[in-house]
Amino acid sequence: MTAYIIRRLVYGVFVLAGVNVLTFALFFFVNSPEDMARAQLGAKRVTPAAVEKWKRERGYDKPVFLNDKMPGSRKLTETVFFDKSVRLFAFEFGASDQGRNIGYDISTRMWPSLAVQVPAFVIGLAVYITFALLMAFFRATYVDFWGVVLCVLMMSISTLFYIIGGQFVFGKLWNLVPISGYDAGFDALKFLVLPVLIGVIGGIGSSSRWYRTIFLEEISKDYVRTARAKGLSESRVLFRHVLANAMIPILTGVVVVIPLLFMGALITESFFGIPGLGSYTIDAIGQQDFAIVRAMVFLGSVLYIIGLILTDISYTLVDPRVRFS
Amino acid sequence: MFLIRYGLTLLFFALTAGCGGSPWNDPYPAADSGSNVLYTSFAERPKHLDPVQSYAENEFAFIANIYQPPLQYHYLKRPYELIPFGAEAVPKPVYHDAAGRPLPDSAPAGRVAYSEYVIRVKRGLRYQPHPALAVDVSGKPRYHALTAADLRGIDTLADFRHRGTREVEAADYVHQIKRLAHPRLHSPILQLMTGYIVGLQTLADALTKEAAALPNATAIDLTRHTLEGARVIDRHTYALRVRGKYPQFAYWLAMPFFAPVPPEADRFYDQSGMAEKNISLDWYPLGSGPYMLTVNNPNRQMVLERNPYFQGETYPAEGEPGDRENGLLADAGKPLPFIDRVVFSLEKEQIPYWNKFLQGYYDASGIASDTFDQAVQSSGQGDVTLSPEMAQRGIRLQTSLATSVFYLGFNMLDPVVGGVEERTRKLRLAISIAVDQEEFISIFRNGRGVPAHGPIPPGIFGYRDADASGINPQVYEWRNGGPQRKSLAHAKRLLAEAGYPNGRHATTGQPLLLHLDTTSSGADSKARLDWYIRQFAKIGIQLVIRATDFNRLQDKLRRGTAQLFFLGWNADYPDPENFLFLLHGPQARARTQGENAANYVNAEFDALFDRMKHMANGAERQAIINRMVDLLRHDAPWVWSFFPKDYTLHHGWVFNRKPNQIANNGLKYQRLDPALRMQQRRAWNPPVVWPLAVIVGALVLSVLPAIVAYRRRERRTATAGRA
Repeated sequence: MTAYIIRRLVYGVFVLAGVNVLTFALFFFVNSPEDMARAQLGAKRVTPAAVEKWKRERGYDKPVFLNDKMPGSRKLTETVFFDKSVRLFAFEFGASDQGRNIGYDISTRMWPSLAVQVPAFVIGLAVYITFALLMAFFRATYVDFWGVVLCVLMMSISTLFYIIGGQFVFGKLWNLVPISGYDAGFDALKFLVLPVLIGVIGGIGSSSRWYRTIFLEEISKDYVRTARAKGLSESRVLFRHVLANAMIPILTGVVVVIPLLFMGALITESFFGIPGLGSYTIDAIGQQDFAIVRAMVFLGSVLYIIGLILTDISYTLVDPRVRFS
Repeated sequence: MFLIRYGLTLLFFALTAGCGGSPWNDPYPAADSGSNVLYTSFAERPKHLDPVQSYAENEFAFIANIYQPPLQYHYLKRPYELIPFGAEAVPKPVYHDAAGRPLPDSAPAGRVAYSEYVIRVKRGLRYQPHPALAVDVSGKPRYHALTAADLRGIDTLADFRHRGTREVEAADYVHQIKRLAHPRLHSPILQLMTGYIVGLQTLADALTKEAAALPNATAIDLTRHTLEGARVIDRHTYALRVRGKYPQFAYWLAMPFFAPVPPEADRFYDQSGMAEKNISLDWYPLGSGPYMLTVNNPNRQMVLERNPYFQGETYPAEGEPGDRENGLLADAGKPLPFIDRVVFSLEKEQIPYWNKFLQGYYDASGIASDTFDQAVQSSGQGDVTLSPEMAQRGIRLQTSLATSVFYLGFNMLDPVVGGVEERTRKLRLAISIAVDQEEFISIFRNGRGVPAHGPIPPGIFGYRDADASGINPQVYEWRNGGPQRKSLAHAKRLLAEAGYPNGRHATTGQPLLLHLDTTSSGADSKARLDWYIRQFAKIGIQLVIRATDFNRLQDKLRRGTAQLFFLGWNADYPDPENFLFLLHGPQARARTQGENAANYVNAEFDALFDRMKHMANGAERQAIINRMVDLLRHDAPWVWSFFPKDYTLHHGWVFNRKPNQIANNGLKYQRLDPALRMQQRRAWNPPVVWPLAVIVGALVLSVLPAIVAYRRRERRTATAGRA
């Protein structure tokens, strides 16, 4: 297992290197350092001298990949690519183009993201599996039929609609929760109820329908027939046998997203005024702050790779037949 | 079961956390209800709060209330009038010739070598409490020699235990002017000011040299440098020396660029380890104005609190006609500020912002296009009034003309639309007539704008009312007692004279194709851009929209390769020079990277501009401006589009609000009735719980028959039903 994890981590380094080069190239193709400087310096009275100075101070005046003027290894290290991207492998996020410490910002902004994402994930998972089991339990009845209709309907509605509709109904019409905002500590709870609720409701359609399909597939297997033949109740068959055996496909989709909960939800955070990493990324894109964007893309890639490795490990835990190779 | 019980308990606490009688949907702590706190919002995190760097309106909204430059604008009077703020009086420049001899005020600009402004700082002004000013019992600064160990456990400014204050001195104003030249601060006005403040360029060069010689993190000590054009005379007096005659300089003295910053601030923030913790003057201002920034979390909330040491300023006793009747002079003579705390919450989206305003959780609001019909209604004569729903809530509407101009620019370097030849001039005029600004304002701005007849907006000296003598005669004619856009037939005739009869080249027969570069894109802009295509099509011109991003557009403008483009300008200060310079030849964008994006050059206009900019307001200056505007109307380098009109709403518990398009330090004048607000919030936001019970009931009822059916099936014997 250790060898397997080490091998996967080594692969991950290559994936990260690829992501890093791609992000860097993509940004520099569409966004020159001059563009970044002008975006940061504002639109009024920006002089070419100020732009040059901005670039020089942030190291954007160096060659991109190869510095011919430097001796030895400095040909590679005295470049924009080394300064801005290679250091990320040591988790040195550096300063944003506005001069703020990115590592510090990430460490403070991940908590609001987690405060929304973790409960939405946990409650959502419980609700989706319960609803899917309910539909499977009452398969071929009106509950199953209308459940699927509801799922398709909910899948067809945009997240934005849930957000705006939720704010209108729960916040404005019924005055139950604040429409948007955030606060520290325990006071944050009243602001989290609505985004968590909407996060859960927004995923019911697709997730429940998918889990239902998994459960129905399991139900048709021989061991289920055997369990029924032994006289087990339908609830016991579902919860003790079907649910346990349906865990592998569920884990495939679930474990991989756990690390990504750190990254926050882009639209939700923006509409609810939640100061998490999702809105941090959106703001950085809007402000063309390349330093933050590359840090967040890198972090997202790292977390995704961790998620995939965790998924593989979880397989062995739920299914003893699966072995690392 | 435990989980359900736990969840319900948690939900109950979440909903009632800190409620204490305040509505469930109150986004603020219950302890604050009834407090003298103004609630407002911001949509975008400010990039800079350092007064030498900040140059955006959303940043001025904070720092203009924190810092105290020598001058400010009168809150009520119009036209805008400069009055003292940190200074004892508005300084009167003394002109000198090259030999240093004083000259009379009427001396021609050509003879004036420099102007000297002697500024006397008010006595007794004090900075906000701040760790940078904290001293120990021996009078030594507590936090100017911090070690890494001292900084352990310090993450924000609030983590410093001690705070101090001191009196504002003339040297602090001079120190801030030196900071304009700091090579690591990138002041956006440095280049402009090096042309005016004597010795600023020399200082900038010296500092750049010193910075290059120092390791990156090493601080530059500005107090070791002198600035020829900024001299401390005594503890409360300093003098500024400005090249030539530049009457507009006084307006700059009303901006935070010239507010006092104590050298202790730089010593404190420049220490090793502070930047890593994001503790800088750019993040934690240190001012002597009415408010101080006590919470700076631009990801969520920024809070201004009353500076306990601010004193001596009172509410104005004079205003313009109508102010007394509107209750704007009721607080005359009372000490400022009225409000204890101002909470700015991050609100990026318009819909939640508007809904929270209607719930009473924001004290004022603008009006977005989406909510326009809900907020106001047209009376039929073009006047707008509040909708009955808003009026019933006691909401007040205020309108004001922004000191801004929007235009469709022609690139005068372009071979098709540019140049001063009669042919291209007529083409530009034909387009100017065809693009119906009145229709644009009606359709796309809900009437919130005034068609422009020139570059100077109303409220700025030099503006002429669009009456019989003030209209743009190239585009309008006076008919039926008002300005009427010239006919399309006239525009087509001009187009034919320009060599494009019916929109086709007279000799080749090729259709006339023009390109508009714009950053507008997406569904919202499509209708607007389609409208422009139709306007050009009215006279047979095919308009091609080239969507681009901001940087590409700026790049094209810098290289002078865009053909048509939209731009706007928001005034720095209320002087016609600040608008007419947008068409000043020596500031052509392609040649000098100046603000003249149309690259318009007219020798007579440029000569008049150089005369006009040195003059005081008066009949002579007005006559010159009239001539300049006539030249512009004749040459038509812009399609004069519109001057935007701002509509703002505020609740009935907010007093003394008056739109001020130039100044941003209006918070200190506003007053609240928190008791009325609390009462209204409770009345408007009673929690409605019964729908939750209905939803739960409906869910149970929908599943109940299935459960019954299941139980029946489970109890059924294997042979049941076979008979």
